[in-house]
Amino acid sequence: MSRIADRKVADPGLANGVASLTPEKIEKVVNQVLKGETGAKLKVYQETCMRCGLCSQGCHFYMSHDFDPSYSPVNKATETMYELMNKKGKVTPDQIYLMAQMAFTECNLCKRCAHYCPIGIDTGYIMSMVRRICYMLDVVPQYIRDTSHSHASTMNQMWVKDDEWIDSLQWQEDEARDEFPDLRIPLDKEGADVYYSVIAPEPKFRTQLIYQAAAIMHAAGVDYTMPSEPGWDNSDMCMFVGDYENMGRLKRAHFESAQKLRVKRIVMGECGHAFRSVYDMGNRWLGYKNSPVPIVHAIEFYWELIQQGKIKITHKYEKPVTIQDPCNVMRGRGLMDKLREVVHFLCEEVVEMIPNREHNYCCCAGGGVINCGPPFKNTRMEGNRIKAEQLKATGVHDVVIPCHNCHGGLEDIIGYYDLGMHGKFIGDIIYELMEKPEL
Amino acid sequence: MTEFYVFVSGPLAWIAWGFFIIGSIYRLVSMYALAKAKDGSSLAYMSLPYSLRSILNWLIPFNTMGWKSDPLMTVATFLFHIGFLLVAVFLGAHAVLWDTAFGISIPSLPGGFGDAVSFVVIAACAVFAYRRLALPHVKGVTRPKDWFSLILVALPFVTGVLAYHQVGPVLLMTTLHVLAGELLLALIPFTRLSHALFALLTRSYMGSEFGAVRHAKDW
Ligand code: HEM
Ligand code: HEM
Ligand code: SF4
Ligand code: SF4
Repeated sequence: MSRIADRKVADPGLANGVASLTPEKIEKVVNQVLKGETGAKLKVYQETCMRCGLCSQGCHFYMSHDFDPSYSPVNKATETMYELMNKKGKVTPDQIYLMAQMAFTECNLCKRCAHYCPIGIDTGYIMSMVRRICYMLDVVPQYIRDTSHSHASTMNQMWVKDDEWIDSLQWQEDEARDEFPDLRIPLDKEGADVYYSVIAPEPKFRTQLIYQAAAIMHAAGVDYTMPSEPGWDNSDMCMFVGDYENMGRLKRAHFESAQKLRVKRIVMGECGHAFRSVYDMGNRWLGYKNSPVPIVHAIEFYWELIQQGKIKITHKYEKPVTIQDPCNVMRGRGLMDKLREVVHFLCEEVVEMIPNREHNYCCCAGGGVINCGPPFKNTRMEGNRIKAEQLKATGVHDVVIPCHNCHGGLEDIIGYYDLGMHGKFIGDIIYELMEKPEL
Repeated sequence: MTEFYVFVSGPLAWIAWGFFIIGSIYRLVSMYALAKAKDGSSLAYMSLPYSLRSILNWLIPFNTMGWKSDPLMTVATFLFHIGFLLVAVFLGAHAVLWDTAFGISIPSLPGGFGDAVSFVVIAACAVFAYRRLALPHVKGVTRPKDWFSLILVALPFVTGVLAYHQVGPVLLMTTLHVLAGELLLALIPFTRLSHALFALLTRSYMGSEFGAVRHAKDW
């Protein structure tokens, strides 16, 4: 069994945070979170976990490291949260460093292990509470911390300025009008059927996705709008950092910007974690059982458009594809059948990865792990060999990936393991195949 | 010795039952109060149909990812839990006790069968112990607490079988057996074995969360 101490990764965010810790401060903060924010759920998990190890094979980290028990879900919970609970917060700053590294970079909060635990223990929840404690101690990997600072100060993930956001939309609108002469990206249109929301990396460096979405909306004749004011970014790294106060601020801004425009519903782009933040974590923090504005994920939205015959394609995608099931919309929202119907509508041949649907392996980028940046890239690469094997076994070259995080994660894995594959959003494929005006 | 046996199987038995029942109620009630105070955002999603869906699916051997992943454990744990309930409640000798102590008459296992089931349960405990000693992913997270509850569970079976087969002084063995059974009963609410109280609830919560919020299977 390897030990987390032997694979300590240097990170300024973790190191600087730990440097200003004292045992007293740790004890105080740990108990403050345990008493103030956790309750019966965590207590029962710790007590009834039978230490049977059945969850181990659920975790891609464990599978990818030749069954190294150090990476099993129960061990990660034991070395972090259970240790904090047993010792009542009496641990050393260096231990906090290692716990933070484990919680932030060796667990994707993907909850795949939930399918393996007979008791019903949610290791993802346990690890997110470890992150919460580390955040309260100011021990957070530097890259993701910067991202959450961006959220806190600009209300978007990428330090995008308010005017740049509008500029990007208008730029894409302008570009798209070459191809679709009367296309619009309507800003702040009150009462629209659809409020289209994206994550900040789209205007920042994946603007073609906005272009494509506008083209699809246009071709399908959807009455939609995009907001010009903060609240437009549906992403939420504060959720993964453990900064729940700002997670709540972000979600409130997002919901309220939709409510202000009196739209019928929010449609969000092909992102997984953003979806988690509105149906699972952010809404609960704000006290909503379900999100206060109806929200659908792009998969479901495209599925509806296809059902209604509003997406017309010239031909099917000829090359065989496989499908990546993003945890947050499969295990998170059960969109596996709709995803398959969409992909089968668009593509001639689908070769499934095994296992698939809600039993898919995580991309290892999720849960904010990719956002912890370059210092932890190898953690993700070595930690997801199983995904590389899964991808390779399909023998295809194109992967349909309806999630931003999965895209980043899989592209890295494809490169690292030299798989010669390429990821595509559903929007990429629809755009490629759709009927376009003759010019 | 006989006096001691009378004490153990009389007053002490009532004390053990008292610990078990009052302890269980206390643990469940106080945990529920804590959940109401702190876990509103989880309790809100509890759903009976989804709880039952989850429990039923996990009651089928090899039906879940977890059960499929470790066949030896799956067979052992099903045999153990079913065997435990059968023996503890329906063993011939125990059925007599239900009748004399509470005046309830229940059906009982045929003698040979009860004996066989007891051996199966002991074998399952041996599998649990083997896993804790030999499998790195179990060994690494095993603490004295886990051994304690395993021994606690195995003791009444071992002593019961010895008494039944009249190995060693019968009265002593029977007394030890009754003591072991009572110790187990009394400590269920306060050890890992408290999962007998909570496991259905944690399962129900996971089932509700996956069914109602996540629209996915939790198995
Ligand atoms: C929950 C805990 C208990 C378990 C798991 C348990 C298990 C067993 C087992 C395995 C046997 C032997 C069956 C055989 O080999 O055929 C047995 C016999 C017996 N048990 Fe228990 N038992 C428990 C509690 C008790 C208690 C609390 C009492 C009395 C107050 C009791 C009284 C007896 C008696 C009188 C016998 C017959 C022994 C003999 O034939 O000499 N048991 N039990
Ligand atoms: C409602 C009743 C119960 C439920 C739902 C339940 C469920 C479970 C589950 C899910 C496990 C986890 C791993 C495994 O499958 O072995 C487990 C383990 C275990 N259970 Fe139970 N259980 C119940 C009652 C009991 C009782 C009454 C006892 C004995 C007093 C018991 C003794 C054990 C032991 C010793 C283990 C640990 C096995 C090991 O060492 O790995 N259980 N139980
Ligand atoms: S990465 Fe996923 S499977 Fe592994 S422990 Fe975390 S939540 Fe469980
Ligand atoms: S499967 Fe569940 S009960 Fe068993 S060790 Fe893992 S978390 Fe604990």
